[in-house]
Amino acid sequence: MMASGYNAKDEDGHIAVAGLGGGALRSRKPENTAFKQQRLPAWQPVLTAGSVLPAFFIIGLVFIPIGIGLYVTSSNIREFEIDYTGVDVSSPCFNCSQNFNWNSTKPCTCSIPFYLDQSYESNVFMYYGLSNFYQNHRRYVKSRDDSQLNGDPTELTKPSKECEPYAFHEHKPIAPCGAIANSMFNDSLELFYIDPNGTKVPVPLSSTGIAWWTDKHVKFRNPGGNPNLTAAFQGTVKPVNWRRPVYELDSDPENNGFINEDFIVWMRTAALPTFRKLYRVIQKRNGLMPTLPRGNYSLDVHYNYPVRSFEGRKRVILSSISWMGGKNPFLGIAYVSVGSVCFFLGVVLLFIHHKYGNRSSSADMSH
Amino acid sequence: KEKLNKPKKKSFPPSRQKSTRHGCKRDICLVQPKDESAAKGEESPNRHYANNKIKTTKYTLLSFLPKNLFEQFHRFANVYFVFIALLNFVPVVNAFQPELALAPVVFILSVTAIKDLWEDYRRHRSDKEINHMDCLVYSRAERRYVEIYWKELRVGDFVRLRCNEILPADVLLLSSSDPDRLCHIETATLDGETNLKQRQVVRSFYDLDCDFNPLKYTSVIECEKPNNDLNRFRGYIIHRNGRRDALYKDNLLLRGCTIRNTEEAVGIVIYAGHETKAMLNNNGPRYKRSKLERQMNVDVFWCVIILLIMCLFTAVGHGLWMFQYGDKRPVFDVLSPEGTDLSPIMSAIYLFLTMIIVFQVLIPISLFVSIEIVKICQVYFIHNDLELYEEETDSHLQCRALNITEDLGQMQYIFSDKTGTLTENKMVFRRCTVAGVEYSHDANARRLAMYQEVDSEEEECVSHGGTLPRRDSVTSHTSARVVLRSQSTKSHRRTGSRAEAKRASILSKHTAFSSPMEKDITPDPQLLDKVNECSSKMDFMRFHSQSLSTLSSDLCDIIDFFVALTICNTVVVSSPNQPRQKVRMRFELKSPVKTIEDFIKRFTPSRLTSSNNSSSSSLNRSNNRGCSSLISSPSADSTLTKLDEEKTAPDLQHDFTPVPPCFDPAKSWRLEEGELRYEAESPDEAALVYAARAYKCSLVGRLPDQVTVELPHLGKLSFELLHTLGFDSTRKRMSVVVRHPLTDQITVYTKGADSVIMDIIRPPDTGKRQKKIICRTQNYLNQYAADGLRTLCIAKKVLSKEEYACWLQRHLQAETAIQGREELLFESALRLETNLHLLGATGIEDRLQDGVPETIASLRKAGLQIWVLTGDKQETAVNIAYACKLLDPRRIHSPLSLNQEACALLLDESLHYIQAKFLCSSSDQAAKMYLTNNINNMAAADLYPSLPVHRLGLVIDGRTLAYALDRSLEDKFLAVARSCRSVLCCRSTPLQKSMVVKLVRNKLKVMTLAIGDGANDVSMIQVADVGVGISGQEGMQAVMASDFALPRFSYLQKLLLVHGHWCYSRLANMILYFFYKNAMFVALIFWYQFYCGFSGSAMIDQWYLIFFNLMFSAFPQLITGTLDKDVSAETLQHLPQLYRSGQNSEEYKPYMFWMNMIDAFYQSLVCFFIPYFAYADSGVDLFTWGTPITTIALFTILLHLGVETKTWTWMNWLSICFSVALFFTVALCYNASCPTCYSPSNPYWTIQRLLQDPLFYFLCIITPCSALLPRYFYRACQGTLFPSAVQVGRQLDKLPPETRRNILSLSRVTTGSPLSLQPHFLSTNKPLPKDNEGTNNISQTYKKEDAGKDKDTSKDMYSFVNSEGDTLPYTKDLPRGELNISCKTPEALNTSPEVSHGLSPSLVTSPPLLSPTDSVVLPPEHGPPCVRYKRSSEEGIQGQDRTEHKIQVAL
Repeated sequence: MMASGYNAKDEDGHIAVAGLGGGALRSRKPENTAFKQQRLPAWQPVLTAGSVLPAFFIIGLVFIPIGIGLYVTSSNIREFEIDYTGVDVSSPCFNCSQNFNWNSTKPCTCSIPFYLDQSYESNVFMYYGLSNFYQNHRRYVKSRDDSQLNGDPTELTKPSKECEPYAFHEHKPIAPCGAIANSMFNDSLELFYIDPNGTKVPVPLSSTGIAWWTDKHVKFRNPGGNPNLTAAFQGTVKPVNWRRPVYELDSDPENNGFINEDFIVWMRTAALPTFRKLYRVIQKRNGLMPTLPRGNYSLDVHYNYPVRSFEGRKRVILSSISWMGGKNPFLGIAYVSVGSVCFFLGVVLLFIHHKYGNRSSSADMSH
Repeated sequence: KEKLNKPKKKSFPPSRQKSTRHGCKRDICLVQPKDESAAKGEESPNRHYANNKIKTTKYTLLSFLPKNLFEQFHRFANVYFVFIALLNFVPVVNAFQPELALAPVVFILSVTAIKDLWEDYRRHRSDKEINHMDCLVYSRAERRYVEIYWKELRVGDFVRLRCNEILPADVLLLSSSDPDRLCHIETATLDGETNLKQRQVVRSFYDLDCDFNPLKYTSVIECEKPNNDLNRFRGYIIHRNGRRDALYKDNLLLRGCTIRNTEEAVGIVIYAGHETKAMLNNNGPRYKRSKLERQMNVDVFWCVIILLIMCLFTAVGHGLWMFQYGDKRPVFDVLSPEGTDLSPIMSAIYLFLTMIIVFQVLIPISLFVSIEIVKICQVYFIHNDLELYEEETDSHLQCRALNITEDLGQMQYIFSDKTGTLTENKMVFRRCTVAGVEYSHDANARRLAMYQEVDSEEEECVSHGGTLPRRDSVTSHTSARVVLRSQSTKSHRRTGSRAEAKRASILSKHTAFSSPMEKDITPDPQLLDKVNECSSKMDFMRFHSQSLSTLSSDLCDIIDFFVALTICNTVVVSSPNQPRQKVRMRFELKSPVKTIEDFIKRFTPSRLTSSNNSSSSSLNRSNNRGCSSLISSPSADSTLTKLDEEKTAPDLQHDFTPVPPCFDPAKSWRLEEGELRYEAESPDEAALVYAARAYKCSLVGRLPDQVTVELPHLGKLSFELLHTLGFDSTRKRMSVVVRHPLTDQITVYTKGADSVIMDIIRPPDTGKRQKKIICRTQNYLNQYAADGLRTLCIAKKVLSKEEYACWLQRHLQAETAIQGREELLFESALRLETNLHLLGATGIEDRLQDGVPETIASLRKAGLQIWVLTGDKQETAVNIAYACKLLDPRRIHSPLSLNQEACALLLDESLHYIQAKFLCSSSDQAAKMYLTNNINNMAAADLYPSLPVHRLGLVIDGRTLAYALDRSLEDKFLAVARSCRSVLCCRSTPLQKSMVVKLVRNKLKVMTLAIGDGANDVSMIQVADVGVGISGQEGMQAVMASDFALPRFSYLQKLLLVHGHWCYSRLANMILYFFYKNAMFVALIFWYQFYCGFSGSAMIDQWYLIFFNLMFSAFPQLITGTLDKDVSAETLQHLPQLYRSGQNSEEYKPYMFWMNMIDAFYQSLVCFFIPYFAYADSGVDLFTWGTPITTIALFTILLHLGVETKTWTWMNWLSICFSVALFFTVALCYNASCPTCYSPSNPYWTIQRLLQDPLFYFLCIITPCSALLPRYFYRACQGTLFPSAVQVGRQLDKLPPETRRNILSLSRVTTGSPLSLQPHFLSTNKPLPKDNEGTNNISQTYKKEDAGKDKDTSKDMYSFVNSEGDTLPYTKDLPRGELNISCKTPEALNTSPEVSHGLSPSLVTSPPLLSPTDSVVLPPEHGPPCVRYKRSSEEGIQGQDRTEHKIQVAL
């Protein structure tokens, strides 16, 4: 449309051309089309108190029920949180937390007893949560090599420079390279149900199905078709902070190496400095028994991950989920409050309209 | 090899580059005939000159990329963005993938490059088309003319041109098939003048009796270097024998012109290709920077500041964040790639640079490109407006400057020319005075009145006839015209009205200045009788060989008067049956007097006795009729036989098409009348010739050396034309020197402005009668001027042979001089034009254009100050000003002064006078004044009813203006002028015009528009912010200099009020939206910095970040920026008050930028924190969290645009849907394409998962709603509680069309507050901004000049006049403080804004509305206005009268 109307000739003042035969005979009269004459049929809303009133009331009336629904859904979710950082001297993990070193040789374990006063009926999701951990730091986020993680054999031995300075250790390529992998969460958590008679019954924790399906099956792959991971990772070294090489993360070959789900979950960098990551799923075993019955539990922690250096906190969260994810009352409250505000503003507008605007309505003008 | 010489850039005048060209010695170019053999030997003397191939393209295939990039990098923004993109290549600071960061810059650059390329391609195509046109060139090898392409033409080629051909180059005319050695050309494509121009064969080839043979041509032409002056050409032709002949512009045929009326002509190419005058006149488009853009640039600057502050803040934050960890380096704080530890300070510095990259979006990269696109679309729509198209001339508005469309919506002052701009420039002979006797031509006046009636009737018919029949008639008319145009390939001129134009297009065949209104003049019976009597007496006397001196001087004057009207001009006669076929009336070939010897030879008795021509000798009745001849005299038998003889005479070798012998003079007359057509260069000339013809004194033929006139009884008389001293604006007169055929005296007829002619009239001591005549004529002249007529004086002078010889000698010297020829000719003319004998004077009416008073009234209602700057004399100007309602006859203030001191005094007094008037009217007289206003219901006066002072008109004379424009007085002058409602500057020179415009523009800091049609307006058009040219009858200079060219003045209304308003509001809103959009998007990332340790991390994927502005959110705003209409065109035109929103920059005020920024920050807060809390402490990863935020931001931004969009067409809907669809499509494809790419975000399958998440949808609903809630609520409240005038207009649009039409058509606009409360003249106290050093020099020099002139001319013509000043009471030394108080005196009653602000609606609507009516009250400009449609009537009178709606606008 620009082309036809914007006459480059006129613009350039081609004097010599203007008089040439063919063009001169054609009338320069503009076409009488709705578009060219700017008469396209149009809806012209006029924003006045009267005309926007319905919108406010409708928003109000729609949002409030939604908000209530969301709130109810969220409050039905059961969530239990244990901070096991061990900041407090009285905390069982206090001793372990004094270790600031990644590669401390002596393992430290601590056991935290807790009591669930309500039973979890369906699947329970066990998260570990970290606070003040800036997984979203710009240089941290970049520090990975996706091709390596996808099993690219050349990248395995030649990590991309994004991984620097965690790409090579003693001139050997690191697998998996980068700061994210290097700082992987390495506490191991076990949950025990303490029978009323005092015996510790381990709660079966499922370590698969915690990562995105696409991550496990598409993004992350072990190098080569080699089922022997040790051979596949030949020539690489483990990340500096790791205790075990990547091919010893799990005994299950489907959950080992780069496709270890704990690793995959860690590699998905959190958006905010306080985050939680799915650790295990407690599957509901059969229809009758609650997944986690009421009673005493004990959380056994192999405390490896130092967080005290940056004032971090470590938590374990047991949570059920609903169709809209974990427990978060915020959205429900937001919907209710925005709906109420809209409703209130609607009333204000109604007042304004009644007081000042009624005479400006078109109905009045028409006679 | 030619390429090297070719001007590379169009924008540089090629002439400048050519100074180094070989072959051009000093100012001279040598042109030799092209020699075939020499050409082969590479030694052609003309080889250095440009060939005729034109190339207006900027680029070649190779040079396109570097050249275009180079040009684009002239724009600072582009450099900035490239810099940022390059910054990304530095690893320490990079934020994005370097290649990706280049994408937006490359995109923007390539869009611009493609646009340039496309334009260049169009130029290339048109170049090619032109270069491949055919022309006939003489080939020496083949010894005949062969057809070659234009581009192959070279300097020195001989070109044969046929009728209706377009000239391929600048050609020196060497031969013409025309017996008079003339060639007619039409120069419409060059200067827009449609009359035929005569060009003469070079004198040396004048006498060539056989066909021109190029082989025999051996001369060399020496001429000036190529230049762009269309009206100048000087040079010599040097013959082999060493003789030199001067060449004039009359010998040159310019490229682009069309040959008319000439079978064939041969010429030699002098300038070719880019050296032709047409191409040298070809300046590219004009680029100006609009006010809005200037304002925008300030805000871009603010954006840069905001950006820097944000970056600095983040950098400091990052430093502190690093600092808190001290030595305990946390795992997530990654070391630098080298493994070294960065200190917090270094880290902060690096981060600062990174943040500049991340936040770069804040400076809207696409803003500049978008603005350009929108402006092109706006230009497109303006071009295509049917209402700005004029059917008659097939011309529409031209936007010559592409980037100041929005300035049209912000004009505050209009400076208008009068003639041709306000008036038709169509001169109609109204009355005349001859020898002191006035002939009123009453019948003629009645006839003119009738034309106007017919016009209005027909227009009414059309408007009542509905749309369908009208369209029909228009189309049929169009087709008819197409046929006519194809016949004559000639567009006819603008004519009086539509109806008239139809008549004209059918009756007349498109001749300039010849609408029936101009032609059919009803003669005054008294004068007609006298003419008849006179001529019959003369005829009698001629028969009886009596001396003509026995004729009474009255009658003698009458016949001389008409002869002067007929011959003292440059009108060319053509016959309408064969368009543009010159009527030939040649009986004798005489070359003009060229040398003294020639003169002596021709005027010696021996020559007289041995008169060479048999016909002339046989016709010679009186003794000394010499060279002139008297031809047919149908009333006498003897002459008839002579005529027959003559007709058959074999010695008349030139083609001779005499009028068929006719025995009935009346019949012959009628035939003549229908057939002859006059081609005039100026409308005055045509009007006078037509007037003379009405008295049967008609021009029947014009040749370079002879004019043939037909007189009643006397038949055809041929006047030998000895000299024509053309019109120039300094002399303000033209003269012809002829040999009178009856008396054989050498007579000078002079026609010119009364002021100059009266000065050179022979001192009146010669006779009492003459004295009386002069005195009476002066009276009549004053009277004519008072009636708004243009006056011209006609005078004559009889020269004795000795006097003539004496003058001729010096004149010939002047003519042949090559240095300073113009000055010498000017002096020579001055010598001749002395001691004239006054014959009479004419009054010509220049009719106002259609709709001028209405346009002025509505522009004035729109708050525009209109000044008229004209060169006309005061009375004429004032009367035109009355006619177009510019001045109120009762209130004129016209100071005239003689010198500097007097002028100062006058301005002081004027100021006091105005203040006094203001005071007295603001006191107890106020009520009375107000009443007067109401009773008179002055259309314009009601703009400022509270300040009646504004109704004063200031009329200032050019001479006074010269003093007033002096630096010491200009402030005072402005103070006076500002407090007057309208200002009329008459007798102003072009320089003064531009100085006035410059003064107002610079001192008052207002937006100025200058409109004019003639060459004298060019300087003013160039100085003003927006120059508008009227593409009228006075050539194209004004159009060439203008930014916009209009076919007529009244179109200014729609251009300004509708298009200007729209362009302004669209662009202003778009720019604000742009700033908002970018700020809102960038702020999202800024908030995130608080949660990522100020590390410069972004949760929005870099792809989204970079393409968000360019792709996802770009289209809707372009559509809205192009198509949005805040108020309908109809309402805008009926409520001109709405224009003030643009004048006051209400759509884009500085605070609005900040309001938008605040809103943007609020919205981004909402868009950031709702997802933040919704996903707080969850397992969400960075980009799974960022993608909803991007989506939400997109929705918010689009909805924001929706709130701001006033007109929703399907295109708006489409563009928004397209944007959303585009985003999701791109996101889906992008997220599915590669599982390992796009580090660091690696968004594989992110959006797919999100789309399965109900939370995502809940977020997308609530966030935009809550983000836009405040704005939406504010808009709704504003629309009801305090709507702006524009919003009220929009509400009017919503009414049912019928009601709206009633309201608009019957709107009796009673008005309220003025633009500003402070009376303007008070501003003298404040120092005006002084930044125009430039004007100082000009005014100084001007003053000197004028002072010099003043001494000899001022004498008694102007006296110290202060007509009204002393009659009205005023107090002289008024304390200024009181004036301030007086503003607030209650005189304003109900209309003073203070009162109307006073919250009580009843007051606002209280003005005398006695009838039960509905009223609409528009709010005042400032302060809390109230708008309501007040219905004072109750249900009972509901059906009473639909038309009783009144709209009352309190502005």
